[in-house]
Amino acid sequence: MAGGLVDHPDRLWRNPEPAAAYDVIVVGGGGHGLATAYYLAKNHGITNVAVLEKGWLAGGNMARNTTIIRSNYLWDESAGIYEHSLKLWEGLEQELDYPILFSQRGVLNLAHSLQDVRDSVRRVHANRLNGIDAEWLDPAQVREICPIINISPDVRYPVHGATYQPRAGIAKHDHVAWAYARAADALGVDLIQDCEVTGLQISGGRVTGVHTTRGTIGAGRVALSAAGHTSVVARMAGIDLPLQSHPLQALVSELLEPVHPTVVMSNAVHVYVSQAHKGELVMGAGIDTWNGYGQRGAFHIIERQMAAALELFPFFARAHVLRTWGGIVDVTPDASPIVGLSEVDGLFLNCGWGTGGFKATPGVGWCYAHTVAHGEPHPLNAPFSLERFVTGALVDEHGAAAVAH
Amino acid sequence: MMLIPCPWCGPRDESEFHYGGQAGVAYPAEPDALSDSEWAKYLFFRENPKGPFRERWSHSAGCRRWFSLVRDTVTNEVLR
Repeated sequence: MAGGLVDHPDRLWRNPEPAAAYDVIVVGGGGHGLATAYYLAKNHGITNVAVLEKGWLAGGNMARNTTIIRSNYLWDESAGIYEHSLKLWEGLEQELDYPILFSQRGVLNLAHSLQDVRDSVRRVHANRLNGIDAEWLDPAQVREICPIINISPDVRYPVHGATYQPRAGIAKHDHVAWAYARAADALGVDLIQDCEVTGLQISGGRVTGVHTTRGTIGAGRVALSAAGHTSVVARMAGIDLPLQSHPLQALVSELLEPVHPTVVMSNAVHVYVSQAHKGELVMGAGIDTWNGYGQRGAFHIIERQMAAALELFPFFARAHVLRTWGGIVDVTPDASPIVGLSEVDGLFLNCGWGTGGFKATPGVGWCYAHTVAHGEPHPLNAPFSLERFVTGALVDEHGAAAVAH
Repeated sequence: MMLIPCPWCGPRDESEFHYGGQAGVAYPAEPDALSDSEWAKYLFFRENPKGPFRERWSHSAGCRRWFSLVRDTVTNEVLR
């Protein structure tokens, strides 16, 4: 090149050395951690904040999810926090002044049996009562929205209809993380990568700092946001959590012309599919059953989800798999998250999002920042306390959440 | 796909097995004496280690018997 090397584009954030202490340390630099730091600074004026990330920013589940955004959950508690999140998604590009490619292309949740139909219609009514857009579609209407779905009655699990949430969609996950990181950094938050938390400093029942691979850092409050590794970090404070970490796999096809106009999820056949902006078909399904921290799963799980996709979309038969991968998701017994206080003063919990964390990114960042700033839960995350496993007030989204886990 | 050593049938593909989670979770000896939080621990809390984990498997597509083994949850190596 005649002009020599092209200048590197401007960095989106600083890469500071850790300070001796912070008012708040967020453990985990994924989407949730970055959003929490941003709203701590933006909504609560708490800017002496560090986000500690053991690898690189947003390199865990934020880089591995299938980017589906929706709020059509059955229970009021879930609808509350996910719809809050969806409303924030709708203004996020403007809020963060960064393109996140949020595309409200809708989501279809297919019904394949009479019981599916009943559950789905019930969920549509529940959604509407909560002010969430939801419609019940018959098979012909499903094909109008998504012409490539096979609605033939001759298949093993015919499509009897679907719920439709038009405001649902997808976003570009990396851009979301970068947008939050840049905005948090601009407000004074230190984003510290390559900094693994190895211990929690606790004195008189109160957290006072964290030990890391880059030294000990003092902290007034510590907000865990470590997804699949939360059990490991919480254990450092002697806290047991009702979490099991599992691999969750996903895959993409080679690039195709635009063929798939929406997001399709099927619980019974069990796959969820959308088409990324760039053109890959993006698919995911259920977790590998066993506990695992290895960020990979078994290939027969991938085979099963591709078989499911072919059942619904026969024309995918000629698409090639480009790559598959796994992330580590932390699953709770009721398939709802834990967001709130812990038994250690100043130590806060945000975990258990299982397979559904990406869509919640803005909403949980907002509510978790409130929880950390005020020392008590935001009304929208109050139902998701750890105590619910003792009181029995579970938010049972297994199955009800329109997707199996 | 893991190769799982069934004590009775030998090493078989993971897809022949059903997972049972943490091994050695005993039913409370005195259920009536348990507090709510003790019940919560028994019902909902299981170990979730990164590393060696003693867990239950059932050879559901083979001899259909349950057994326990220790597996490393990072490498998937069966340790014993």
